[in-house]
Formats: sequence, C-alpha cells, structure tokens
Amino acid sequence: MSFGSGSMTNSISEIKDCKLIFLIGGNPTEAHPIVGLEMKKALRKGCTFVVADPRRIWFAQHAKLYLPVRPGSDNWLLNAMAHVIIAEGLENKEFIKTRTEGFEELKTFVKDVTPEKAWEYTGIPAEDIRQAARLYARSEKSAIFYTLGITEHTCGTDNVRTIANLALLTGHIGKSSTGVNPIRGQNNVQGATDMGCLPDRVHGYQYLSDATVVEKFEKAWGVTLSRTQGATSPTMFERMNKGQFKALYVIGEDPVMSEPNQDYTIRGLKNLEFLVVQDIFMSETAKYADVVLPATSFAEKDGTFTNTERRVQRVRKAINPIGNTKPDWQIICELSNRMGYKMDYPSPKEVWDEIASLAPMFAGINYARIEHNGIQWPCPDTKHAGTKFLHEGKFTRGLGKFFVLPYRPPAESPDKEYPLILSTGRTLYHYNAGTMTRRSAGIIHKTNDCFVEIHQSDAGELGVFDGEMVRIATRRGEITARAEVSEKVKKGVIWIPMHFVEAAVNKLTKDAYDNITQTAEYKVCGAKIEKL
Amino acid sequence: MVMIPKIKVNIDGKPIEVDKGKTILQAANSTGIRIPTLCHDPRLEPFAACRVCMVEIERGKSTALITSCNTEATDGMVIRTDSEKVLKTRKMVLELILSDHPKDCMTCGKCGTCTLQDLAYKYGVRESRFFEEPDGGIVEDENPVIQHDTSKCILCGRCVRICAEVQQDYAIDFKNRGFETETGTPFGKPRRDTTCVLCGQCVSTCPVGSLVEKQAVGMGREWEFKQVKTTCAYCGVGCTMYLNVKGNRVVKVTSKAGSIPNDGNLCVKGRFGYDFIHHADRLKHPLIKRNGKFEEATWDEALSLVASKFGEIKAKHGPDNIGVFSSSRCTNEENYLAMKFARAAIGTNNVDQCART
Repeated sequence: MSFGSGSMTNSISEIKDCKLIFLIGGNPTEAHPIVGLEMKKALRKGCTFVVADPRRIWFAQHAKLYLPVRPGSDNWLLNAMAHVIIAEGLENKEFIKTRTEGFEELKTFVKDVTPEKAWEYTGIPAEDIRQAARLYARSEKSAIFYTLGITEHTCGTDNVRTIANLALLTGHIGKSSTGVNPIRGQNNVQGATDMGCLPDRVHGYQYLSDATVVEKFEKAWGVTLSRTQGATSPTMFERMNKGQFKALYVIGEDPVMSEPNQDYTIRGLKNLEFLVVQDIFMSETAKYADVVLPATSFAEKDGTFTNTERRVQRVRKAINPIGNTKPDWQIICELSNRMGYKMDYPSPKEVWDEIASLAPMFAGINYARIEHNGIQWPCPDTKHAGTKFLHEGKFTRGLGKFFVLPYRPPAESPDKEYPLILSTGRTLYHYNAGTMTRRSAGIIHKTNDCFVEIHQSDAGELGVFDGEMVRIATRRGEITARAEVSEKVKKGVIWIPMHFVEAAVNKLTKDAYDNITQTAEYKVCGAKIEKL
Repeated sequence: MVMIPKIKVNIDGKPIEVDKGKTILQAANSTGIRIPTLCHDPRLEPFAACRVCMVEIERGKSTALITSCNTEATDGMVIRTDSEKVLKTRKMVLELILSDHPKDCMTCGKCGTCTLQDLAYKYGVRESRFFEEPDGGIVEDENPVIQHDTSKCILCGRCVRICAEVQQDYAIDFKNRGFETETGTPFGKPRRDTTCVLCGQCVSTCPVGSLVEKQAVGMGREWEFKQVKTTCAYCGVGCTMYLNVKGNRVVKVTSKAGSIPNDGNLCVKGRFGYDFIHHADRLKHPLIKRNGKFEEATWDEALSLVASKFGEIKAKHGPDNIGVFSSSRCTNEENYLAMKFARAAIGTNNVDQCART
C-alpha cells in the first residue's frame, strides 16, 4: 500500500499530545470510548479538531471545523484537500523529495479536483474544504484517525490511500503524535489478521505466493500445503449460493447478523451439506448448524489479544469453564487430532511460542515478557522493546507512494424509489450482533431497541414524528425501528445501528464489496422510510 | 526532547531532586514518602478539598500548613509530612469528615478498600469531637449498575470531576449547601434520563463506599475477591482490567490507574458488560441437529461426527469445498490454530474472518 503495512502508525498514549486531529469516518466516543477519552484529553490541551462525518457526533460538536460529508464522497473531499495543499504551496517539499514517489502524477491529477467541484459531491462548501486542508497542513503535529466510515465502501481501499496521500504530502507521518491511524473495531481483529486468518498468507504477513514461505511452513508443520488460491468469505458465500461449497466451520462469528444482505447469507448457509458453529451462545448463525460446539468466554481461558496499536496483551483465565464448555483452542486441537493431524499443546503458551518461532515480527515476544504490560510488534528479538510508532525515517516499503485515485461512486446510490442514503454502525452501549451486550443488565437499561436516525426536514416531509415506529426498506428487505428525529444526521441520510436481531439492519445492506479487501459497503445504499 | 530543569527540596530531612513544576505530593511520592490523600486521583486536576494531604513548610522563621496536592514544590523548600502539627491537623480533618459519615463499616461493601477507613485506622480516629447525624441515603435509581449512597459521601468531588474532566459528560455535580451538600444528577433525575453514559468512572474513583457497583453488593467482601488481570474483550482499544472473582463467579470488573493503554479508565461495556459470562443462555453442551432439532451430545460424539463429516467431504469433493471462518473475538493462539487447522488438517487455504474490517 502507501506505506507498506496496515495498522495504527502511532500509539494510544501519543494521542493526548496531538496538535491537530483530523477525524474522518470514526466515532471514538462511542465505538472506542477509551481512545475517545485520550482525544478528549487532547481537546482539553487545546488540540484542534477537524471532523468529517455525515453525523454530528460528539467530536463534531466540539470541533473547530465540522464537515458534514455525504456518505460515499470522501474521495472528493480528500483529493480536493490535496489540491488545496499543492495549490497553496503547503506541501512538505523536502519530505516529498526524499521519502516519496509518484508526486508529479498526483499533482497533475488533483489539479482539476477543485474544492468547488468537490462541493457538488460532498455537500461541503469549498471554503471549508480549503480551511480543513490549511489547518491539517500547517499544524506542527497532525494526526489522521479513521475507522469503518472510510473502509466500509466499495472504494474503501482507495479512501485509505487517499488519506495516506495527505500524510505524504505534508510529511505528517513517522513522528510521535503525528501519523495515520485506523482504529480497529474488535478486540482482536488486529490479531486475527496478524495470525494469518486470510486466504493468501500465514501469520506475520508471510505471503504464500513466496515459495520460501511455503517451504518454511511445510517443514515446520510437517505437511504439504495446498497451492490452490484460497477463497475469501464473500467468495465462499458466493459459492455457497451457487451450491458449489459443501462445508463450513465457523468459530466465534455470526455472519447472519454481521454480513450484508442477510437473506443471501442465510440462503448460502442452507445450501451447505455440513455446518459447524462454535460459539458461546446460540447465535443466529448457529441456528442453521448441524453441530454446535460450546466454547468458553474470554474469562475462562488463557491467551493473548492484539489491540489496535499492535500491542500483544495477555488474556487470563479467571474462572473454570461454565457447564461442559471448552476453550476454542482446545476444541480445534481435539478436532485436528481426530482428523489425523496432530496438535498437541499443553496450554496456549506453547502455541504462542510456536507463533513467535515462525514469524520474525513476533520473535521477541513471549509470555514472560508480557506478564505485566503488552509489547507492540514488530519485536524481532527478546532484547527489543517493541515499536511505539511505525515508519520513522523509512517506510516498510521503502519510499512512500502517492496513488492517483479518481472518484468511484458507491455500488448503489439513492434514486427516486429509494431516495435516502442508509448508513450503519455501532453505538456506545451495544456491541456488534449484541449477543453479549444484550445480555447485560446495565446496558439494556440504557438502550435496548433499534432506532433510525433521520434529519428533521426529511422527517417533516414524510410526516414522521420523533419516537414513532417506521418501516425502513431497501431493495433487499425491510425492518421496523423507532425514528430518532434530530439534526444529528445529515439531510438525505439515515443511520441505523447493527446490534438488534429483531431489526437486523443487515437485512437491508448491500452485498457489494471493496475491490481489494472485499470489505462490504455497509455505509451506503439506497433506502426509503414509510409510516406504519 | 525538552529538558525539564531540576529543583532541590528537603522532605522530612531527606534532600531530593525533582522536575520543576511537580507538586509537593508528586515530589514526595517520587522518593517513596507517602502523603495520605482522599480527594486526589492522578487522572484528575488537583482539587485540595479534603485537606488530609496537609504538610508543614518552613516560611522564614515560622511554618505554614499547606495542601501538598496543589502546591508546587519550589527550589529550597523544606517540607515536613509527619510533624506533630501535621498529625494533629490531619486527625482533626478526619474527625470533621467522620462527623458526617456513618460508622457502619461492618456492613459497608467498601470495607477493606475504603481510604477513609484506612486513614481512620492509621491515625487512630475512633470518635469525632464534632457530631452531626449523617443524612441522605441510597438514591433511588432504576439503573442496575451504579449505587449511590449520599450518606457516605465525603464531598471529595472525585466523581464530579472525573465526569467533567475525563468523561466530559457533566452528568453529576454538587448541590445544596453546608451539611446538606451532596452530589447527584440534575434535579435528581434518573441516570438514564441524563447525559450519564453509565461508564462507572465515578464508581472507580470514589474513595469511600458512596458510589459502588450495584451488582456486586452483597456478593462478597473485598478481601475475598481474587483479582485476575486480563484484557477487555470488546473493542480494539484493549483496555487492561481486573476480573474480581469469588468462587467461580465474576463479581465485578475494575481497573487501576497507570494501566496500559487505559490508565484505569473503562467504558460502560468494559466495566458493566460482563453479565453475559454467567448468563443462563450460555451454551453448555455440544449439540447435534437430528431431524431438524438440536439434541445434547457428548464431546466425543460431536467431535467424531465433525471429524468424519469433514473427512468424508474432503475425500468426496476435495478440501477446497470446506472453509474455516475464524474470529476477531478469539485469542491470537486460537486464530493461529484455526489457520493451521484449515491449511494443515483440512488442506485448504479457504480461511478468513467474517468481518473483513
């Protein structure tokens, strides 16, 4: 990619010292509350906030500049900011010369991406775009933070690269409190990726397209590895829907709730000859299983999670497994042994030792070293203290690369029949499919029903009142939810959280994916609202 | 790096060197001298409300009593933290605080970790020369997680300040005057109807038993809990927290100032979203679907069935007709094993996580 590796370039402890935070497509006070607190610390210390989001979130209310961007038009905003930075001579010429490549191509391309043109697409006045670019470029310590509002688009990867362009133009990268920071959504989404749960690589970002990697793992594991290209989850669902896939082993996931276009997901699962689900609750997905294996929760097992700042931290067993459950690692080992491939580990510690022995970036991390505090990868040997921020002096890939990325519209834009843009996300109180939080007394006390945020002028046209139940429909399905009428969400946009099984928003979302990461476009599709 | 200039001070006869700009309290702490505090929390601005951190400093020929938490140490300062005058004053301050605090430690859930109790013990304050019947009591509020007993409040303001300074939610504040003063929500409204997000940060900072975890009330005494350090299982921030366990039950969740990366802070999910662990809906046995209905099975039956079905499908259709979805919720070790299982045991590269985020 632009820098050469994908994760937060800075640490959480650096946030409070940022001088400018450009927050785009992220709502930390709700989705990452403790990162939100660190940003609030920065705010108290005088940090300038520039916030781009279709919803007037907490930080939008406290920002110096709030840009209510139309969902799916981030590309225009970011390229127009690059235009302003170059047009006004705010770029870091020394940095561009010594540490980047592809500047001339970008310069030529963004010449025509004026803030005036961007205004048409983003709905943000040209002068505000100029102001945002100036604030970002001129600050001494500028950091960009983004989350799924940037990535959950068919142009998600493009968006990320367009953000990286801004950091490369201004040299706001590779220094403390200065960089580009995606905040990861789930406790161990960083770890699951790091551990090679991806079709094209094993753990530690070692790609199977490299023959030496294949050789190394064949020797270490004592097997012949398949040379066939693996399938991503969207591809597997596609094959399931065509009846060209037979069996699936789902560990701790609930695709019926979390994948877009629920109907399509369920049809795929029903087509399977054999489905195994391993979970702590009877999830929506588990209902379609042939065998359900009961796993333990995080309180009943040992192991490690890797957080959004690449820190490998211990998880410790506090209580014995509830009922006749077993930790996931043990179930996988027992299953593997029965299938004739021996997996024999006395405890997760020995599994970690194998992980570290086979991936240089984890080689210096072991349980003894992270007994008190976690260590941030890369950590190549046991003398290494871990890596607080990435790309100091040199990018992982050598030179930072500018990408020329023209606007690509979302897979489905609003039209006459479905005139509103539906965007989805998380709230403070609930978590993803809600299987855990909706079984938590304190949380359901505060909020326990699905709602749809709608701008008051849209509500006025529809004759919808605050608190009224309404029907929300897209080409894929419909749900009912309580209307929350306000000015929080941009006119023309509606927003629904993803946590509620009785009003599962993924009945509505579109199964369109980013061309590179295959992340689904949860943030944009055409929708309509009707009174009941 | 900006070099911070050093200054020299003398604390209890011990000469020490500290960074300029540090308070007397911080200077003393850095050399291992403990000054007691009630209203101090390192996450908050100094407040100097409780007065128990009083120390004596030389000022010309006389001496002065000052609060150490909000007084900057200056070069050449001579400080006594344990002089007779300091101890006498500290005792009186404790008596004043105790005059408006119930003496019911035997039934209080905070017993054993209460700072006021510890200080009363340390300074031998059993009776108060000042007496006022403590008023107030447990605030009626339907929320199931935070219990507020105004009679035990010592008005240190830590809850009010953490809500304002750290959370910036401004859900609670002081109200009334004199002995009537207490903290609470605007107009005594239920927490649900205020800007309170039920994060429980107020509970985490309360030095006495005024704000406590409601679900832990009656579940055990503090010294009975085993504290297990672990990492939160919700979002990607990865907060360090402690599961407080009694028997085979998680009774409450706490954190400690200085923890990485959260410095003792937790959100509503991390602190109070743990009931799912013991929820009745937890799957407790392997299940096999027979004739469209799930039936309980032994591990042996379930695992044998899965292994034989996978084996059968692999033999008949090839390994690439089988896929593994691993989880962003599971540990690294489990994800590694899931990946290894797909590639080494099944023989396919069809391994992914559902959430490609």
